[in-house]
Amino acid sequence: MSTTWETVIGLEIHAQLATRSKIFSGSATAYGAEPNTQANLVDLGYPGVLPVLNGEAVRMAVMFGLAIDAGIAPRSVFARKNYFYPDLPKGYQISQYELPIVAGGHIDIVLDDGTTKRIGVTRAHLEEDAGKSMHEGLAGLTGVDLNRAGTPLIEIVSEPELRSAKEAVAYMKKVHTLVRYLGICDGNMQEGSFRCDANVSVRPVGSEKFGTRAEIKNINSFRYVEKAILYEVARQIEVIETGGKVVQETRLFDPDKGETRSMRSKEEANDYRYFPDPDLLPVLLTDTYVSEVRGTMPELPDQKAARFVQQYGLSVYDAGVLTASRELADYYETVVRELGGEAKLAANWVNGDLAAFLNRDGLEIQSSPINAATLAGMLRRIADNTISGKIAKDVFEAMWSERCDADAIIEARGLRQITDDSAIEKAIDAVMAANPGQLAEYRSGKDKLFGFFVGQTMKATQGKANPALLNELLKKKLSG
Amino acid sequence: MGIPQTIAEMSRALHGGQVSSVELTRALLERVQRSQPALNAFVTVTAEEALAEAAAADRRLAAGERGPLLGVPMAHKDIFCTRDVLTTCGSRMLANFVAPYDATAVARLRAAGMVMLGKLNMDEFAMGSSNETSHFGPVANPWDLKRVPGGSSGGSAAAVAARLVPGATATDTGGSIRQPAALCGVTGLKPTYGRVSRYGMIAFASSLDQGGVITLTAEDSALMLSAMAGYDERDSTSVDMPVPDYAAGLERPLAGLRIGLLKEFFDKGLDPAIEAPLRAAIAELQAQGATLHEVSLPNLPLSVPTYYVVAPAECSSNLARFDGVRFGYRCENPRDLKDLYERSRGEGFGAEVKRRIMTGTYVLSAGYYDAYYLKAQRVRQLIANDFARAFAQVDLLVGPTTPTVAFELGVKDDNPVTMYLNDIYTIGANLAGLPALSLPCGFAHGLPAGMQFIGPQFSEERLLNVAHRYQRVTDWHLRAPPGYAS
Repeated sequence: MSTTWETVIGLEIHAQLATRSKIFSGSATAYGAEPNTQANLVDLGYPGVLPVLNGEAVRMAVMFGLAIDAGIAPRSVFARKNYFYPDLPKGYQISQYELPIVAGGHIDIVLDDGTTKRIGVTRAHLEEDAGKSMHEGLAGLTGVDLNRAGTPLIEIVSEPELRSAKEAVAYMKKVHTLVRYLGICDGNMQEGSFRCDANVSVRPVGSEKFGTRAEIKNINSFRYVEKAILYEVARQIEVIETGGKVVQETRLFDPDKGETRSMRSKEEANDYRYFPDPDLLPVLLTDTYVSEVRGTMPELPDQKAARFVQQYGLSVYDAGVLTASRELADYYETVVRELGGEAKLAANWVNGDLAAFLNRDGLEIQSSPINAATLAGMLRRIADNTISGKIAKDVFEAMWSERCDADAIIEARGLRQITDDSAIEKAIDAVMAANPGQLAEYRSGKDKLFGFFVGQTMKATQGKANPALLNELLKKKLSG
Repeated sequence: MGIPQTIAEMSRALHGGQVSSVELTRALLERVQRSQPALNAFVTVTAEEALAEAAAADRRLAAGERGPLLGVPMAHKDIFCTRDVLTTCGSRMLANFVAPYDATAVARLRAAGMVMLGKLNMDEFAMGSSNETSHFGPVANPWDLKRVPGGSSGGSAAAVAARLVPGATATDTGGSIRQPAALCGVTGLKPTYGRVSRYGMIAFASSLDQGGVITLTAEDSALMLSAMAGYDERDSTSVDMPVPDYAAGLERPLAGLRIGLLKEFFDKGLDPAIEAPLRAAIAELQAQGATLHEVSLPNLPLSVPTYYVVAPAECSSNLARFDGVRFGYRCENPRDLKDLYERSRGEGFGAEVKRRIMTGTYVLSAGYYDAYYLKAQRVRQLIANDFARAFAQVDLLVGPTTPTVAFELGVKDDNPVTMYLNDIYTIGANLAGLPALSLPCGFAHGLPAGMQFIGPQFSEERLLNVAHRYQRVTDWHLRAPPGYAS
């Protein structure tokens, strides 16, 4: 008899907060500077220096808490997590332990079947990042770069309520969207601004008890999260089914081999000796402060999508796609505003051709060669019948590659739609004269040939005839 | 003519043109050099820089600038970071550490025009009550060279007692200003926690450490504290409250002052030879109009065990940064990372520091945290509550600073607990974050005895006032050890 297994996943997401300076020092947080050029005496843990909390990091954490409908702690406390490592200059990381700034929120994800699942967020706390150990090009030595040391992080801890790799990815993407909407994290996963640890276990379906979990550390892409979890679930099931026991341990995901491997077991785990950091006062937040922050909150993705459905008459699907990022939603709304309506047309183009081209060229909406005003310019020409939708596709492609506006292309290429009755009638006459056989067949009842005449006339006008007008005139002429 | 003894006298002489800062500095540097073999009060003497600073102070004076500290020589406990000057904290671990910045207290005294003669010896990382844990050797008590000066600010107290400097900075985590001040017959003030910035003061136990001063007189302490104290945006635990001119309130009469006699301090551990002059000193305060009330702080006897959980816990974390990686001592040819850590720390720290790091690591460990650290924090709160209740009835508490006079070097080497008990009367103020002052009140066995005042938070002005009124009618504080007179 074979057991069916249920996967249980909890994610700890680390999002780097987009403050200009570090969480406890005045050093800059910009990525990619020469090693150790953005580390001052506080970051280096020099004797006698003291941390001073960056209020901006607190504000960002509160924004996140409000966005997930969580409680904002009126009093939260920084604690020291003690362990030795060369990239941890003080010998302890300042984090929050017993009293985090955010507790008890939730995030809704949409499952494959279209239903929504609510995932609990246990807590979110502020902490400082460590530096980086560097081994490359140092001939057997280890270098330490402390530029990242002290960068503010918010660690977002989910309940163990995710039941598949797909759900985990959907959740992580949702959090990613949210922090970028809030403007509290740049979301850059390559640079490590947004990464996660996945706690993975399996249990027989129906079991109440959690299985022993493994923690997969530091995964920095959505794809790797999925792969790592799938691998780990399969590994654990195999261990159990072959009579073994899953051990509680920390594992690393190797993207090259597509596998996780053991880093250290529970026995080797550090005793972090957490205690409240006596150098920092408790963070006390008043209701007034929290409501002030609430007043600065941007519209969130779910709210925006609902508004798009309501205000623009879009489908839930279209609204969801358009609100996947704040930049895309802003782009879309700019198009509609420039255009003065035609919201559905705009949605079709933004989600259609524009999305396809961006995808083809690997671009984000922010770096689209066609900006919102320019796209609106072209859509206006569709709306006022200057060009047809079909011609518009060519215009769009030209706009993309030539970086100029629709009117210039329409003029230069003579793509203006023919809306003059006599010109179209003249073309129809010529097509009829050139195809007497088809004309006779049509008139004897072969209606299907209407399409043939449409095609021929369009060809004769180089596609510029107004389709509706053409249909109308053709029908009249063909029936004699 | 002799060199003036106190900061106030030196300042008057400087402003009156009777002496220049360079002359004062040169004379005191000479004393420092002469005293070093016997006292070992200094770890580093910065003669050249001192003379340059003195010359600069003379120019400021000549330009008409005025200030009670301008041109007056002093020295810093070697726990305060001083830019471009060795800052050792009394440890082999930092024997090669040149600080790249000035501590806030250092910068403020520098701005006030004080001239730094050098850095003063101390117990390693301020952990000790005798100055015997210093990597740079013990400091001798100028009253009896066979005896300890107390600690951890032993160098500061000895230097002031020996008239090498009229004032010195010091720090007090469990009595490290007051105990050596008492043992050396000088005045020492530990301000309220948060009154003086800890920025640049190498941390021992962050929630207890407080910078202060050791001087001959309460008036001089007032002058130095006025310059050092105040909010510092670089220390989140410094308190944002205006700093009074502490010297302005010194003459206030004592009529109506309610003094609490701390019952727990007059226990069987107190040497009767200290109790006698102390009782006489208290009678002098009464003679000036103060009323005496017996006060009991029932939880105070728990101070020492509470302290020896909290302070080591914080120190075990604070001293983790000394790992041989970025600064300070690094062992020779480490085999790997673990070896680097183990040997750098094993060789760089002395025995007492290691003992406290291990104690602290233990009390914070999983499974022990609640029983030790958390319980100690609760007791700490009870002690603070005891003090708060007492201050509802009296303006300040009085008692001895130490149970005994200065003991002989080496006698307390065997059992650390007997050494720890020397701080039995001082630790309470640190646990409760209160200001406390020790001043000489006579002699016992021919050695100085100290009287301690403890006041409510931010009552420094009152403590200094009472001490000053006492010093106006006594001269214990002006008696110099034989051979060290002006």
